[in-house]
Amino acid sequence: MTALSLADLQAGYDPDLPIVKGVSFTVKKGEAVCILGPNGAGKSTMIKAVAGLVRSFGGQVHLGGRDVTGLASHVLVRNGMGFVPQTENIFTRLSITENLQIAAQLLPRQDRAGRIEAMLDMFPDLGSRPRELAGALSGGQRQMLAAARALLTEPQVLMLDEPSAGLSPKLVAQVFDTLRRISQTGVTLILVEQNVRAALALTDRALVLVDGKLAHDGPTDALHDGKFLGELFLGNRADEAIR
Amino acid sequence: MELLAYAAFFLTIALTYAIISLGLNVQWGQTGLFNVGIAGFVGLGAYVSAALTTPDAAERIGGFDLPIALGWLAAMAAGGMLALAVGLLTLRMRSDYLAITTFGIAVALQLVFQNTESLTGGAFGMAFIPRPFAALQGQAFAFNALNLALTAAVVLVLYLLLEHLLRSPWGRALRAVREDETAAQALGKNPILLRIQAFALGGAIMALAGGVQAHFIGFIAPGNYLPMMTFQVWAMLIVGGSGNNRGAILGAVLVWAIWALSGALISEVFPADQQARAASLQIVVIGVMLCAILLWRPQGILPEVRSVSRHLGHRNKDK
Amino acid sequence: MNPQAIIDGLISGSTIGLGAIGLTLTYSILRFANFTHGDFLAWGAYLTLTVAGVLGGLAAGLGAPVYPFSFGWGLPLAMFGGVVLTVALTLGLDRILFGRLRARGADAIIVVMASFGASMALRSLLEFIFTAKPAYFTKALQIAKPLGLGMRATPDQLLMIGLTALLVLALHLLVTRSATGRAMRAVSENPGLAGVYGVDVDKVIRVTWIIGASMACIAGVMAGLLVQIRPYMGFDLLLPLFSAAILGGIGSIPGAMLGGLIIGLAEAFAVQIVGAEWRAAISFIILVLVLMLRPQGLFGQREA
Repeated sequence: MTALSLADLQAGYDPDLPIVKGVSFTVKKGEAVCILGPNGAGKSTMIKAVAGLVRSFGGQVHLGGRDVTGLASHVLVRNGMGFVPQTENIFTRLSITENLQIAAQLLPRQDRAGRIEAMLDMFPDLGSRPRELAGALSGGQRQMLAAARALLTEPQVLMLDEPSAGLSPKLVAQVFDTLRRISQTGVTLILVEQNVRAALALTDRALVLVDGKLAHDGPTDALHDGKFLGELFLGNRADEAIR
Repeated sequence: MELLAYAAFFLTIALTYAIISLGLNVQWGQTGLFNVGIAGFVGLGAYVSAALTTPDAAERIGGFDLPIALGWLAAMAAGGMLALAVGLLTLRMRSDYLAITTFGIAVALQLVFQNTESLTGGAFGMAFIPRPFAALQGQAFAFNALNLALTAAVVLVLYLLLEHLLRSPWGRALRAVREDETAAQALGKNPILLRIQAFALGGAIMALAGGVQAHFIGFIAPGNYLPMMTFQVWAMLIVGGSGNNRGAILGAVLVWAIWALSGALISEVFPADQQARAASLQIVVIGVMLCAILLWRPQGILPEVRSVSRHLGHRNKDK
Repeated sequence: MNPQAIIDGLISGSTIGLGAIGLTLTYSILRFANFTHGDFLAWGAYLTLTVAGVLGGLAAGLGAPVYPFSFGWGLPLAMFGGVVLTVALTLGLDRILFGRLRARGADAIIVVMASFGASMALRSLLEFIFTAKPAYFTKALQIAKPLGLGMRATPDQLLMIGLTALLVLALHLLVTRSATGRAMRAVSENPGLAGVYGVDVDKVIRVTWIIGASMACIAGVMAGLLVQIRPYMGFDLLLPLFSAAILGGIGSIPGAMLGGLIIGLAEAFAVQIVGAEWRAAISFIILVLVLMLRPQGLFGQREA
């Protein structure tokens, strides 16, 4: 079963200067995939294009077998896309519950309250104070709320853009722990990450993007050897990325 | 001869608008500041210059009989000061607060023009404003031609000064701030200070235009400085090409020509009792034109010559 | 000081507040200062007047005043038609002008400029169609009834204050309690993220125009009923509307209403002190004071 497939996707902010220059890959249902690559390789732009936030100029995106190329982000959500942006991924002026309620609006009326409850149970940090403004949450808690919001609608694919960016090492561990729990429930997970070690440990398969093109696609086991990655990442940036 | 005299008169008025349009180009075209109170700044210049240069009048304060040139300078100072105050108040905030505040300034000044009779003559306005070359007033053509030459000289001097200024490091910094505030800040430019300076310069130029216009016509009244004027000047700059000083002048002459011709047409075609009504169609047309240009040709007739990124590159290397 | 100023201020403040609600919503959700909003009030009044004329032609009895008010059943009916037409006007304008600029990714200030151009065009179009001569909803005269403490008000005026309170309460509940309101608040904070949450941003924008235009039309009818209908009536209210929206805090409905009432009261008292000819300066002074002392307004969020 294919959850998501890209065929020769080209995307960016200016048709004359595409940032994603023809990327193709397929993600199976239940798989956990990480997308790696040096800064400026187009990872973030690619994932945003798949989520409907950046214009695509060519190629196709299929979600659960349906052609969803060029659809607006809110339509994609209705088709089973869950996306968590890197920054500004929750509404800080709304309460925790209200954040979840907005997402729950896509569900049938009778399921809404139950799913919100389920999410608050899954993330006790949020469940203990549902009426608080989301702006009062800490960095790690914000990532949890963002993930809870995306999971609430039971998406076919959950994509996260650098969920560990800007967090302390302790919180990074916490976030990855949560992601592992999510992945174990059978959700298809696609993760863009700079934190290569943690990402490799979590996922089954790694895609490496270099200069807007796919440079590698294979199981993560093969990539635990840093040298191989270093070659792929080109130049000294690789060392920095692998740390 | 009469036609020529009229042509000279028409062009002189158009060129006074060109001065306002040049002032707006400093604010909007070069800096991206949206001034919705142009009429207020022009009116302020007109009243200040008039108050200083008119002969003493019993019914109001002012009337110092000073030379015209001094009136113009005072007008510029007043316009610059007002713009400085507005800039200090709003330019730290989001961009449309400036628009709303300048709109308010124009409304408030309009009330001052209307209501402080002892200063401005109230609704009747001020008359006997000294006109340049007043001795020749009897000969229509010579009088209009000389005034045209004088106004054209003002426009030319202003044009050369502004072109020079905009090629200077200050002008380049200004555009850099407009294009990419963060990058400009990283190069050590203070965006707020630059914006305030540009806004004050533009305000001074608009007030000068008010002075020039007042002395050419010889009579001012609050009704000359309605939001309509602000709107016309915007149409002029957007049509001509914002960011381009030649575009600002061209747009002023062109839009004023369209305005005057359509006005003449209306008075020919429509019966007297329907003329006011038909005149409102003129405004509709200009409003639709402004929106259409924003939609389809935002750069105007003479687009701005883009030079920012190159300069930014140079400056980068210098550092 | 004459206590009557309180009643006068509350009445004109109600009109300003209703108008400012639409302005503050479009400002926070569409993210631009809409200079056309004042003209929506004027268009609302004229459209209602036109519908009332048509209705009066169909059924003459509708025009007969219903005690104790100065107008008959025709006016509320006509206002309903006026609201529908004003909504259609704003949605049409959004489609041909603002929506296109948005889709192009134009700077907010370009949209402000377009709204300024559209404002001039719309206002002059009214003047062309209806001429600058004032028009009236009703020719009936009303006697102001004493309310005690030296204050007087006509039944029309009291009805308007009541209607305004009801509308503001309903809108406030809509925005704070309903799913639509949550979606509106979400879009006002971050439209891109709202899409990621599954919110149809275009639909929220349409709802915003519908609310804004409805309130503008009602405010326009109220202003027309209290004073008179003129093509410039909305433009003359624009500065008070902006001041009320900024004083209340951009995006806040109770703020806009409170801002409107404060400005209405300040104007009413100032008229007694410095004279009616300075009325228009009051909202400018309040605007400057707010910008100097509390730019985020009474209930506003600080700019991030």
